[in-house]
Parts: sequence; C-alpha cells; structure tokens
Amino acid sequence: MDPIRKILQKYKRDRTRLIDILKDIQESEGSITQQAIELVAKHLKISRAEIEGVITFYHFLSDRPLGKYAVYLNNSITSEMAGRQKVAEALEKETGCKFGQTSEDNLVSLFETSCVGMNDQEPAALINGVVFTSLNEEKVRKIVAGMKRGLAAQEMVEEYGDGANGHELVRAMVKNNIRKAGAVIFDEFTPGQAIAQALNKTPEGVIEEIKKANLLGRGGAGFPTGLKWELCRQEKSDQHYVVCNADEGEPGTFKDRVILTERPQMVFEGMAIAGYAVGAHLGILYLRHEYTYLKKYFEYLLQKMREEGILGKNILGRGFDFDIEIKSGAGAYVCGEESALIESAEGKRGEPRDRPPFPVQKGYLDKPTTVNNVETLAASARIMLRGSSWFRTLGTSVSAGTKVLSISGDCQRPGIYEVEFGITVRELLEMAGAQDTLAVQVGGPSGNCISESGFGRKICYSDLATGGSFIIFNRRRDLFAVVRNFLDFFIEESCGWCVPCRAGNVLLKKKFEKIVAGLGTAQDLAELEAWGKIIKSMSRCGLGQTSPNPVLTTLTNFRELYESRINKKADFIPEFDLGQAVMDACQLTGRKFKEESENAR
Amino acid sequence: MPDKIKFTIDGKDCYAEPGQTIYEAAKANGVFIPVLCHYEGLKPVGSCRICSVRANGRWMTSCTQPVTNGMVIENATPEVEAYRKAIIEMLFVEGNHFCPTCEKSGNCELQALAYRYQIMVPQFPYLFPKREIEAFPGFLLEHNRCIQCQRCVRAIQTEDGQKIFALKNRSKDLRINVDLKLAARMTEKEVQKAMDICPVGAILKKEVGFRIPIGKRKYDQKPIGSEVEENK
Ligand SMILES: Cc1cc2nc3c(=O)[nH]c(=O)nc-3n(C[C@H](O)[C@H](O)[C@H](O)COP(=O)(O)O)c2cc1C
Ligand code: SF4
Ligand code: SF4
Ligand code: FES
Ligand code: FES
Repeated sequence: MDPIRKILQKYKRDRTRLIDILKDIQESEGSITQQAIELVAKHLKISRAEIEGVITFYHFLSDRPLGKYAVYLNNSITSEMAGRQKVAEALEKETGCKFGQTSEDNLVSLFETSCVGMNDQEPAALINGVVFTSLNEEKVRKIVAGMKRGLAAQEMVEEYGDGANGHELVRAMVKNNIRKAGAVIFDEFTPGQAIAQALNKTPEGVIEEIKKANLLGRGGAGFPTGLKWELCRQEKSDQHYVVCNADEGEPGTFKDRVILTERPQMVFEGMAIAGYAVGAHLGILYLRHEYTYLKKYFEYLLQKMREEGILGKNILGRGFDFDIEIKSGAGAYVCGEESALIESAEGKRGEPRDRPPFPVQKGYLDKPTTVNNVETLAASARIMLRGSSWFRTLGTSVSAGTKVLSISGDCQRPGIYEVEFGITVRELLEMAGAQDTLAVQVGGPSGNCISESGFGRKICYSDLATGGSFIIFNRRRDLFAVVRNFLDFFIEESCGWCVPCRAGNVLLKKKFEKIVAGLGTAQDLAELEAWGKIIKSMSRCGLGQTSPNPVLTTLTNFRELYESRINKKADFIPEFDLGQAVMDACQLTGRKFKEESENAR
Repeated sequence: MPDKIKFTIDGKDCYAEPGQTIYEAAKANGVFIPVLCHYEGLKPVGSCRICSVRANGRWMTSCTQPVTNGMVIENATPEVEAYRKAIIEMLFVEGNHFCPTCEKSGNCELQALAYRYQIMVPQFPYLFPKREIEAFPGFLLEHNRCIQCQRCVRAIQTEDGQKIFALKNRSKDLRINVDLKLAARMTEKEVQKAMDICPVGAILKKEVGFRIPIGKRKYDQKPIGSEVEENK
C-alpha cells in the first residue's frame, strides 16, 4: 500500500489527528504535496483550503519540498549573544545554501526558528528533529560533512547530555544544567505514592488540599489551581479532560524541558491527580514539537506506569481510570495560550478562542478541560505527598512554594534554579555569577525588562511574576538589539487573527526603528508609547496584550536610552526620506538628488 | 422567564435579555457600536476589535461578550473612540485601499466608518504591501482590500460544512485562501451572497461592475450607524 494511505488508515477518520497525519506525510514524503492534500481532504471530508490553512500556520509543516536535512537555527536573543551570526554564516558557506532556501542538490534546507528551549546552550538548532546545541563554526563544518556522507542526524550526535538525556530512548546532546534543586520539584520522587495519597482522599478533598496549599499556576498567569479544578469539576458533562501544557515557547524558558526530562512520572502523576479531582479519564500531554526527541521515552514510561498499575484502568485497584495521550503542534508560540493549545490539540490552526466560554466550561472537544503547566502538575504531586501545610512553609504568604527558573544570558552559570518565591533579582544574579549587569528580562519578551534600580525586587506573584524565563544582559549589550529581537519574535508569532496584534506590531516596530535610527522626535516617542498601549488594550489574546512590553518596559526603565536617540531640534521628521523617494525621477531629469535628500531631512 | 438585565452605557440606563451580547443589547437600546467582522446570524469571531468597549473598566469586544447585570459600559468616550479610530487606520495602512476605483465605494463598511470617524490621514505610515488579485469562475478576490474579517469563511460553506474560504498563513501574511474545486461549484446566488456579506470590496462578482453609480449607494445616502441611532 502506498505510504500516504497507510498513514491515513493509521489515524482512521479522526479530524483531531490532522497535524499528526500531515507530520507523518511530511516525514515520509519530504513535503506535503497537492496530491497528498487531496487525499487527506477526501479522507477526512474537509476542504483542501482548510488543510492548506493548517499547513501554513505551523512553522515545521511545509507544502514545498525540503532538503534531505532540514536545519532550523534558533534566532532568539540568547542565541544571538552566543554567536548565532557566525554559525549561520558557516552553515551558508558549507552548504552553499541561503537561509529560507533549499540547496540545489536538495541536500539541505536552512531556516530560522523562534526559541527552541535551549537558551543555556546556544546557539542551538534542530536538524530533522534532532537537537544540536552549543554550535560553533567547527561543529557546523563537521555536521555538514556528515550530511554530505549521508549520515542520519542522530548519528552525528557524539556525546549525550546528563541524566535522562543519555537514556537509550532519548540519546540527546541536551544538558540539564540543574544548578539548584529545591524541595518541591527536584527532590527525590518515587512513582506511585502521590497518586496513592490522592486516592485516599475524595476528589473534593484533593481540591481542598491544593487550595489550602495556595498553589498558583506556574505557566505565567498565576491562576489558583485548586479553584480551576473546582470550576472544571462543577461543570456537568459526560467527559472532562486534563491538559498538560508543555508548549514552553516563551523565549528564555526551558525549565519544563528539564522537569519533563528528570521528573516525568511526577508530571504524569500530577495529571492523574488533576484527572481524579476534576472527574476526567483522559489527559493530554501537549508537547511542543521541538521536544519531540523526548516522546519515545515518555511513551515507554507511560507504558511502564500502566504495567505498574499507576496509570490506565483501575489505578492501584481503587476503581479510578485515567490514561495519558501525547499530542504535539508543529511550531507556533501562540499554541502555549491555553485555548489556542486546545484548538491545536484538535488538529486545527492554533488560534485562540474567545472567552467566555472558558476552557473549564468548554475546552477540548467542547468539554470541560483544565489546562495546567508542567510545573503546576508536578507541584500538585508533591503537595499530595507532603501536604499543604508543609508547602506553605516555602516561599511567601501570597506565593507559596518554589519556582523553577531558567536563567540564561550573560552569567557564568546559566541553567535551572529551583528557588523559593521571594528571592530577589540581585540574589539570583549572584547565584548565577552575573557581573556588570545592565538589565534583566524577567518573564521573557512578554514580561518586564528591569534595570539596576529594580534588582531588589522579588520573584513572586505580587511583584515580579515569571513563567520561568530570566535573561541577563551585561553592560556591553545593546538593549535596542534586544528589543528589536523581541519585537520581531512577536511579529513572527502573532497568529494574525486580530488587527491590533497583526498590523499594530508591524507599525510599532517601524516607529521603534525610526527612533533608533536617530530620526525620531519627541512626538515620535509619545506615539511609540501610545501605540503600544492601543495594542495592549485592543488585542484578543495574551500574545497581543503583552507584545508591546519590550518597548513599554524599556521605555519605563531605560527612558534615557530613547531620549538620547531623539532629535531635539526638529518638531517633525517624515516617515520616509523624500530625497530617496524621488531619486529615480531626479536621475531621469538630471537633477542632483543628493541635495534634495539633505534638504528634506 | 428570567428578569431583564439592567446595565448602563455612558451613564444611560439600558435593559437587555439574558444571553444578549453587549453589541446586541446596545443596538436594542438605540446605541450604535461599530462592527466590522461581526455579521448578524454568524458566530462572532472577535477579529477586528472595532467593537471594543470598556466594561467595568476592562476592555472587551461587545460582539463576543455577554452583557451582565449592573455592567457599566464606556462606549462613546474619547478614549474608546480614539482607539477604534486607530483600528480603522491600521486596516487602511495594512492593505491598499484606493476607494475612488473600488466597486464597493459607497457600500463599503470600512469606508463608511472612516467617514464616521472623520479620518483624513491615518496616524500610521502606509505599509503598501504587495498583494494579489485572484480570479475564480464566478468572482474575483481582491486581496488588497481584504481585512481578514472572516465573514466569508463563516457564511459560505458547502452543504456538508466544508470551508470554501479559509485562512492561510499567519501573522502579517494572514490571507483568505479559496478552495479552487469548491469555489467552482458555487452558484451565482452564493457568489452574490459572498459579495454582499463582505464588508469591503474584496469579493467581486464578475461582470456586474458599477451597476449603481457612486454617489447613490447605501452610505452615500445615510451615514453608517444612523439606522441604529434613529431608533432611540
Ligand atoms: C501567548 C501565550 C503563550 C503561553 N505559553 C505558555 C506555555 O508555553 N506554557 C504554559 O504553561 N503556559 C503558557 N501560557 C499560559 C496559558 O495560557 C495558561 O495560562 C497556562 O497553561 C495555565 O496553566 P497554569 O495555571 O498551571 O499556569 C501562555 C499564554 C499566552 C497568552
Ligand atoms: S492577539 Fe495576536 S495572537 Fe492573539 S489572537 Fe490576536 S492576532 Fe492572534
Ligand atoms: S474577503 Fe471580505 S469577507 Fe472575506 S475576510 Fe476578506 S474582507 Fe472579510
Ligand atoms: S465586530 Fe467585534 S471584534 Fe469585530
Ligand atoms: S471603498 Fe475602499 S476598499 Fe472599499
């Protein structure tokens, strides 16, 4: 049977599996051809236009043929700081191919991609799904030589990382870099005990315990977990679902990857505990495409848990059924937003939904669904083991427990730090060995860029909240380059659904560039701020509502930088260079366009 | 029968049926809130954001948000109106709108709103994107004027619910993608419906240009919103 039909048969007529179908086709055929689209359309009884919509939404799906090796080089700011430019040049030189293209011999395609969750080991790239970290020119030469010899990407991985990265089902060069293990997440964990503790309580009792622990969502928004579960449980329905959000797309965040690598069963048990609490029998682990290298390992562990009776039918003989399924997107930051994630898990374009209804009311397949971050679920398992009173002894009164931070950028010891809430930025900088620090980006591009005057601030929900991203910039860095990188990220990752986010961010960037180029006036600066506020207020989801933050928070904390670029003499400078615009005409009529240009500005 | 909901818009006492959106309730009370992506009878998608209001201090889109008891809504305040104006301006600079040559001029909701908001020159620089015009058996798709409102996506589908119009790409490259095969099977009536439902001049039925001269069209007679405000 031809491979496409085989793939279609494997997934039956399940519309929610469209992304899996397309990924399998791409892997088997090299790209998703018109012919394949036609077959899928017929099979699932949806239009070709709709399928094309899904393909063009996700970064890692392609309807154009790709080379035998598809290279996706991370373009996040930490990659930039670690020498991405040189690596990119080396890749182009060695392959004879430009970024965005496929080499003539169809051997290699080169692409850029947003943060892949390896910020403490940049520059990083995915090659046919295999992660390559800490790249440099020499490594690139070796890799490309390997490609020319026809080696599989996995064969080019020479050394494995620590911990489970070296497991035979993972075999990744990725490093965990756990610098500080705390009591909640990285303490010892023996599978089976947390779920047993939960099953000793009623579902309401579990919710009560989580509420008493004052566990707040670790994904960024900080919604009380116990309340979320209660709201979900209260919705009447024949099915409820648990979704573990392992999309981890906020640049600078890589803590969920390490939690999943080192404490996977703890996360899975957390999902089962959530399932018991809300009345669900199926949990979905939504794993970001970039972390696919962990999937086989997880499947093996899940199977092991089933065999040990801590997952699947009749868990621990206590009459509770719960199983876990792994689903993935195909590269889109916005899919970390819970309603977009649900759309994506249903096999659609990852576009956020309008609220109400909220996911706890109508989520996956329109059934009540609780979406929780990886770390939140792991923490729930620990709370079952050690109790809410113990948990509340950690952290602060508002923000109980610990937070796993991913620290990257200019410091001697980048990596994972599990710390109690309430720790100050300055303490973290010391721990990580940061010197001569100019700024810290807390919470990723959508968070806050703080200056030295804010280094006394605390990491907690009532001061500096963060999903885990903590990026350090020292005094030799150009903050405008940082802001530019973040603005480009949001422009690239906007789903495009709503006008302020889709068009507004492009306009905001244009204004920003005008000012940075020294062509801005006081009026431009005022407009930059005003436009940022419009985008924040009018956008539909959290992406648009935070996308101007790189500009707005640097405007607050580093205003003097912007002021220094402003032309204080001019009241108005046009958006375009008049001389440049009439250059052709000037040349034709034999006038000196140079002077025109100078006069205009 | 549940009781009526009581709420205010810019200080005016208003009443609504349970389940009504802010937009619907406002309309029933003679208060105009501009909409672009919303269309009666279609599921709201909240994409244009022009219908945004401040409800109890928070920004919300009135086409998607149900009205609740005691809600305090800011609608025609200087801030809200200024932000809406910005949205209209963004739409103008994001596409290429040369109204004098447009078949929809005078019937175009975007143009009519630009008049209502007295837009002379947008505060944003024009982006002058390169966009295409696509031809299908019954109609043209003028991407230069499309505002990605998704009215066509929602309204025009096959009997078994397949999408003839769908979204393609993302971010600033978001476009409407037409299913060639399914579009070829559209009846003249369906094409007319698509053209009528499109708020701008993006879907154009072939061979019927300029039947009603500019100057005699819908919004040439009465400004947009007047139909609601006359019912006060
Ligand atoms: C653009 C965007 C991206 C997001 N990405 C993530 C993510 O990668 N992981 C995550 O857990 N939450 C992410 N969130 C937050 C989720 O919407 C949601 O609040 C969270 O998963 C809830 O889990 P929690 O309550 O356990 O934190 C994102 C939100 C937005 C708006
Ligand atoms: S804010 Fe941006 S990402 Fe969110 S829905 Fe709007 S366009 Fe999409
Ligand atoms: S073609 Fe018209 S109806 Fe369809 S999205 Fe574009 S503007 Fe809206
Ligand atoms: S009309 Fe409400 S968002 Fe477009
Ligand atoms: S009148 Fe200008 S696009 Fe419609």
